[in-house]
Amino acid sequence: MRPSSSPAPRCSLSPGTMSKIGEVVQRARAAFNLGKTRPLQFRIQQLEALRRMIKEHEKDIAGALTADLHRNEWNAYYEEVVYVLEEIEHVIKKLPEWAADEPVEKTPQTQQDECYIHSEPLGVVLIIGTWNYPFTVTVQPMVGAIAAGNAVVIKPSELSENMANLLATVIPQYLDRDLYPVINGGISETTEVLKERFDHILYTGNTAVGKIIMMAAAKHLTPVTLELGGKNPCYVDKDCDLDVACRRIAWGKFMNSGQTCVAPDYILCDPSIQNQIVEKLKKSLKEFYGEDAKKSRDYGRIINSRHFQRVMGLMEGQKVAYGGTGDAATRYIAPTILTDVDPQSQVMQEEIFGPVMPIVCVRSLEEAIQFINQREKPLALYVFSLNDKVIKKMISETSSGGVTANDVVVHNSVHSLPYGGVGNSGMGSYHGKKSFETFSHRRSCLVRPLLNDESLKARYPPSLAKMTRH
Amino acid sequence: MDPVADTLRRLREAFSAGRTRPAEFRAAQLRGLGRFLQEHKQLLRDALAQDLHKSAFESEVSEISITQSEINLALRHLRAWMKDEKVPKNLATQLDSAFIRKEPFGLVLVIAPWNYPVNLTLVPLVGALAAGNCVVLKPSEFSRSTEKVLAEVLPRYLDQSCFAVVLGGPQETGQLLEHKFDYIFFTGSPRVGRIVMSAAAKHLTPVTLELGGKNPCYVDDDCDPQTVANRLAWFRYFNTGQTCVAPDYVLCSPDTQERLLPALQSAITRFYGEDPRSSPNLGRIISDKHFQRLRGLLGCGRVAIGGQSDESERYIAPTVLVDVEETEPVMQEEIFGPILPIVNVRSLDEAIDFINRREKPLALYAFSNNKQVVKRVLAQTSSGSFCGNDGFMHLTLDSLPFGGVGASGMGSYHGKFSFDTFSHHPRLPCCAAPGWRRSTPSATRPTHLAS
Repeated sequence: MRPSSSPAPRCSLSPGTMSKIGEVVQRARAAFNLGKTRPLQFRIQQLEALRRMIKEHEKDIAGALTADLHRNEWNAYYEEVVYVLEEIEHVIKKLPEWAADEPVEKTPQTQQDECYIHSEPLGVVLIIGTWNYPFTVTVQPMVGAIAAGNAVVIKPSELSENMANLLATVIPQYLDRDLYPVINGGISETTEVLKERFDHILYTGNTAVGKIIMMAAAKHLTPVTLELGGKNPCYVDKDCDLDVACRRIAWGKFMNSGQTCVAPDYILCDPSIQNQIVEKLKKSLKEFYGEDAKKSRDYGRIINSRHFQRVMGLMEGQKVAYGGTGDAATRYIAPTILTDVDPQSQVMQEEIFGPVMPIVCVRSLEEAIQFINQREKPLALYVFSLNDKVIKKMISETSSGGVTANDVVVHNSVHSLPYGGVGNSGMGSYHGKKSFETFSHRRSCLVRPLLNDESLKARYPPSLAKMTRH
Repeated sequence: MDPVADTLRRLREAFSAGRTRPAEFRAAQLRGLGRFLQEHKQLLRDALAQDLHKSAFESEVSEISITQSEINLALRHLRAWMKDEKVPKNLATQLDSAFIRKEPFGLVLVIAPWNYPVNLTLVPLVGALAAGNCVVLKPSEFSRSTEKVLAEVLPRYLDQSCFAVVLGGPQETGQLLEHKFDYIFFTGSPRVGRIVMSAAAKHLTPVTLELGGKNPCYVDDDCDPQTVANRLAWFRYFNTGQTCVAPDYVLCSPDTQERLLPALQSAITRFYGEDPRSSPNLGRIISDKHFQRLRGLLGCGRVAIGGQSDESERYIAPTVLVDVEETEPVMQEEIFGPILPIVNVRSLDEAIDFINRREKPLALYAFSNNKQVVKRVLAQTSSGSFCGNDGFMHLTLDSLPFGGVGASGMGSYHGKFSFDTFSHHPRLPCCAAPGWRRSTPSATRPTHLAS
C-alpha cells in the first residue's frame, strides 16, 4: 500500500490510515470483480513474478531474517525460501490440471447430462502471517490463494518487523498492486482489517487469537483456516537408536531457537533412558552449535523481550541438565534441557516456543498415551522406536494434526501432504493441491439439454397412480 | 444440574474408549439406521404428513429413499473410505511411506431443520457415524411429529452409549452450544448460522453450515416455455416451496414472461388440479409464523397466478407474482414458500449483474436452448451449486458435493463428501522400522552432519 520507490516504510500506520484499510480492501474487491484473475495465464504470470521477486531479493530476505531472528543465509534459504520456491514450481505446473472441470460419476437418470465439479475463486482472501517463519507462513499461503484466482490481502506479523517492511516494499514492485496489497500494523490495524468482509481468512498463530479471528469471521460467515499450535509430544521408546533419535530431535527442537510450531515441545521417556537422552542431546547440540551456542551463526535468537522473559521464566524451579542461561540484551537463550519435569509445572502448561526441552518420565507406552490424551490435541506428534507395533499403537490411540515416526518436522515439507491442525491446534489445511482447494469454491454443476419432457413425465404429480393416498 | 453435560460426558468416554473405531461397529450403526427407516416407514410418512402435509410420493422420493441410498452407499464403501490414502512424496522423504489417515473428530453435534426433517437429520448422521464419531442429534422442534419419532424410536436402533438426541428450542440449543464439540454440522438460516459459528469459535470447533439464500433462475428468450414452466413449477412448489435449493425467483424478459405465465398456469393445473387445496400432492406451511410471513409477501407486485390462502390449514396456493420491485420484501428475503416472483431484465448481462449484486445463493439455475447462454451464466456468477435447464436434480448425484458458498454456507456433504467432512485427515510420513539408520539427504540439515 506504499509507493514502491520510497525507502522502507515504518511498520505502524499513521492516524487517518484506518479508513485507508477499508479502501485497500475495497480496491482489491473491485479488481477481483473485474475478472482480472480468472484467466489461468494471469495467475501464472503473477506466480512467476513472485518467483522472480524471491530470487532477486534472496539477500534482502535473508537480511530481514537475520535482523528479526538471527538467522543466517544458509538456513534462511533451506528453512524458508526453498519451500516457497518448491511450492510455486509445483503449483504452476499443476494449475491447469487442478483448475479444470472435474467430471463425476453419473446416475442412470443423468447419463445424457454434463455432471462435474467446477472450481472457482472465492473472492478476496486475507492471509495473516506470524513472526517465526515470517517469510514462509505469509508467502506460501499466498501462492495457493493466487493460483485459485483470488485477490489476496496480506497482513504480515508486526513482530518480525524487518520482514514486514520488506514484504510491503517488494511485493507491490512485482505483483498487481490492487489485487495483492500488503497491510502492516499492530493489534489496532489487525482489528480494523478484521472488520472488513473477506471470502476466506487464513491465520497462522496462537490459539487465543485464533478464537478471536474465528469470532470475527463468524459475523460475515467467512470460512477460516487456522494454523495454530500446541505442545507437540515426542515419545522416545526404550527400543530405539538413541544416537540418531537425539540428533534428529535436537535438530527439530532447537532450529530457530525453538520457535517452530511443529517442533517437538517435550520428551516423554522411561526414567531408565533419561540420562542417556540428555547426554546424546548435549552431544548433538555441541556438534551443531559448538560449546557456546551464542557464538554460532546457526543458532537463532528470541523474537522479542516479552517472549525472552516468558521462556526464561519457564525454567524457574526446574532441574537444569544443560544450558539454563540467557542474555536479555541479545535475546539469546542457551539450548536448555530440563529433567524430571513435573507435569503440573508452568513449562508443561503452555507451548514453550523456545529452546527449552523438558523431559517428563513415564513408565510405559500406555502411560505416555494417556498423558498425551489428557491434553489438547497438538499440531504434531513424534514417536521414536524400532518397534513397528509401538509406532502403530501410538498413532492409532492419539490424535494430532500430523505424526512423524522416527524423525521430526519433515512431514511439513511434503507438499502432497496437507498441513494443518485439529482441535486447539487448528482447522483446515493447506500446501500444494490442498491450498488450491482451500482457496477455491468447488461448485457442483449439472447441465442438461432443454429437451422435451416426455422422459421426465414420471416425476411430475399427480402421483395418485404411483402411490396410495395416505 | 445440567443433564446435557452428563450425556456429553458419557459419549466422550465411549469415544475415548475407542468404541466407534472398528468398522464393524460403524457398519452395525448404519444397518441399525437402515432398519429404523424400513420398519417405521409408515410412521415416518405419517409424521411428515402431520408436520408438512407431505405426500407419500414426496416423502418417499425426498426423505426416505434418499436417506436409504446414503446408508447403502456408506455401507458399501465404508472400509475403502476408512483406508489410509497413500500420497506421492518429495525428494527429502523419498525413502519413507507417506499417507493421510482418516480419523473421527470425536463428539459431533448435528443440528437439523424442519423442512426435510428426515433427510436433513439422518443424512448428516450417516456421515458422522460412518466416520466413527459419537453423535448428538438436535432435530428441529418445528417438525414436531418427526421430532417425536426421532427422539423416541430412533435411539432404540443405535448404540446409545455413542448416540443421543437432545430436544428443545432456541434457548436449549443455545445452552447446548456452550458445551464443547469436536465438530458441528448445522442446517438452517444464515442468521442462526452466524450464531452457531460464533459459539463454535469459543471452542475452536470446525463447522459445516448448510444455509440458504435467494436462488435465481434465469430464463432465456430462446426456450420452450412449457418445458421450462413444468420444471420451474415442479421444483418451486415441491414441499410447498420450503426447499433451500428451490428456484426462488425468475429473471426474464417481458416477452418471455408473457409466454411463461400461461405455461406455468398449465403446469400448476396439471400437477395440482383445478383446486390445488384439495390436491394430496401439495403440502402446507410448517407453522403459523411462516404462514403469516408468506401471506404478507402475497401483497408484493401483482398476483398473476394463485394468491389464495387459508389460515386454518396454513394453505397457500401455488402463486406467481409479476411487476415485482427489487426493493419489495419478496425480493429481500428467502421466500421458502409456494410463491414465485418474476423480475424483468432486458438482457443476459442485466440478469448477471442483478445476480452478482446479491449474496451468493445456494443454487443457481439457467434455462436456454443455447448452451452458450447457460455456460455464460455459470462462468460469470457464483453459487453453491448450479443446474442448467432443470431444477435441483444435481442433488440426486452422490458424486457431487452439496453445500453453499459465502452467505449460503461453508463445507459440503453427501456420499463420500459426508465421510470426509466428519473426519479429520492427519498426515503421516513414517520411516520404515528396519533400515532406518540409512542416511537421509543432507540438504535439510546443518551441512557438517552425516545423518
